[in-house]
Amino acid sequence: MSAGSEPILKLDRVSKTFGSVPYLVKAAQAVSFELHPGRTLALVGESGSGKTTCARLVMREYEPNEGELIFKGKPVQTGNAKALADYRRSVQMIFQDPFSSLNPAHTIAYHLRRPLQLHQRDLKGKDIDAKVNELLERVKLDPALVAPKHPHELSGGQRQRVNIARTLAVGAEVIVADEPTSMLDVSVRLGVLNLLNEMKRDLKLALLYITHDIATARYVAEDIIVMYAGQIVEWGNINKVIDNPQHPYTKLLLSAVPDPEIRFDDPRAHLQTSDVDEVRRISAVPDARSICIDKDHFIRQVGA
Amino acid sequence: MTQPLLSIKNLTIDYIGENTDFRAVDNVSFDVAAGEIFGLAGESGCGKSTIAFAISRLHKPPALIRSGQILLEGRDVLDLDIQALRSFRWREVAMVFQSAMNSLNPVLRVEAQFYDVLRTHQGMNRKQARERTAEMLRLVDIQPDRMSDYPHQFSGGMRQRIVIAICLALNPKIVVMDEPTTALDVVVQREILQRVNELRKKLGFSVLFITHDLGLMVQVCDRIGIMLEGKLVEQNTAQEIYASPQHDYTKKLWASFPSLHGSKTAEAFAS
Repeated sequence: MSAGSEPILKLDRVSKTFGSVPYLVKAAQAVSFELHPGRTLALVGESGSGKTTCARLVMREYEPNEGELIFKGKPVQTGNAKALADYRRSVQMIFQDPFSSLNPAHTIAYHLRRPLQLHQRDLKGKDIDAKVNELLERVKLDPALVAPKHPHELSGGQRQRVNIARTLAVGAEVIVADEPTSMLDVSVRLGVLNLLNEMKRDLKLALLYITHDIATARYVAEDIIVMYAGQIVEWGNINKVIDNPQHPYTKLLLSAVPDPEIRFDDPRAHLQTSDVDEVRRISAVPDARSICIDKDHFIRQVGA
Repeated sequence: MTQPLLSIKNLTIDYIGENTDFRAVDNVSFDVAAGEIFGLAGESGCGKSTIAFAISRLHKPPALIRSGQILLEGRDVLDLDIQALRSFRWREVAMVFQSAMNSLNPVLRVEAQFYDVLRTHQGMNRKQARERTAEMLRLVDIQPDRMSDYPHQFSGGMRQRIVIAICLALNPKIVVMDEPTTALDVVVQREILQRVNELRKKLGFSVLFITHDLGLMVQVCDRIGIMLEGKLVEQNTAQEIYASPQHDYTKKLWASFPSLHGSKTAEAFAS
């Protein structure tokens, strides 16, 4: 999807199912994508589309039923504890809820010191404190003010910054951010997104940004994947996809984004019902979907 | 404009603390006309939900209304006694909360939850209530034969529509919607709000719509008030709020929304 660099992480036709027949849920079906250093891939879709399943597959929280993850050119081994620990160090996650993802009993300094002690063993005593301060400064928090505090003394935006600093403390190369700003106030959202953009640029991080908000996705990402019912339905350069969506679901999603230019009384504001019907028809009839795939109608790449 | 349906005058609400009081709403005044959708925008902690609760007097201690009036068709809500208040709630002012889809009772069938409201307020019997329930469910695009299902059998968006249907069952004059679609997907959000907009035209109720999403608000509302730290800092028609925001805070809010086309909006704001 993006030429020029070697992908750091690649998913190759990964599938994950839950339950068993007749209640089999195909949460992810033959999902393939690549993450590149210094680039952001946005994963967009509605609830139940399989976004979070993909995140968990990347985090190795779930074992895929089929397909494999290729990290730095090598398949991720499941049996090897050391290799898995290395993988886990390199691939870190930022969660949606900044209020429950930090331990309320520990100070911010502790949250950052622990991963440093565990993962960067050559650091000792004062070096660790210096590194903690450096990390906090990197995420634009004042170390003197924030380090001794407990999570409940910080705002949501500050906590999310601490979470970002924590991923850096471990030495992450790939960051999976699952709706990192949806629980934040609108005026602090952009600050967090800007920080992610900066990290990506300066530290050459590969970012997987999961959201249902296409507008913020465009703000941070170069590439986009649109998921529906466990499948990738469209992917490509984010601007090309937004300006010229091919799949009816992408069109539907785009038409539902709030647009202050178009008031509800304006006929243009109405969801394209043919799109809604088509998407629902496709999703309600599993056979229709497989037929579409065979005819290469359902899945299309836009502007490779 | 004739007499407004809802008129809030110099409303001040404090949260009483041990040593100091926190002023959550500071001398706020606005009117909502009959059939109008009025939007209240602002960030968390700005007092917008406190106002929503105060309108149906659902605020609880330590919240205290210091001064001001809440007039519905000229009658001060703050003067109603308990009996009058009971019939006032739902019948005249209905509320849809942010987590409304979780406000349905999980162990009662949807039908029973309609019946509760209809019996209490209109003394309907089961049969009448069932007819009314079917009518209301049709309004929000849910098949009437599903009234005997339990809430968990519906999706989040459907549950939200059921709550809206219960709210409208008594033909309220105004519906207060506090972040009604924040927990939902954009597509579902759009479907629900368009339905509310259509119903408002058909049934003629007013809506007080509370959210932090300005873009959405401009699409839905006729007029918008912007709140900051308990004060109403700007109030204007939706188009004006969008086209020529006056207050710095309104401009700042606008700059916080990345846009879908053209420049990414906030880059100037960010650097």
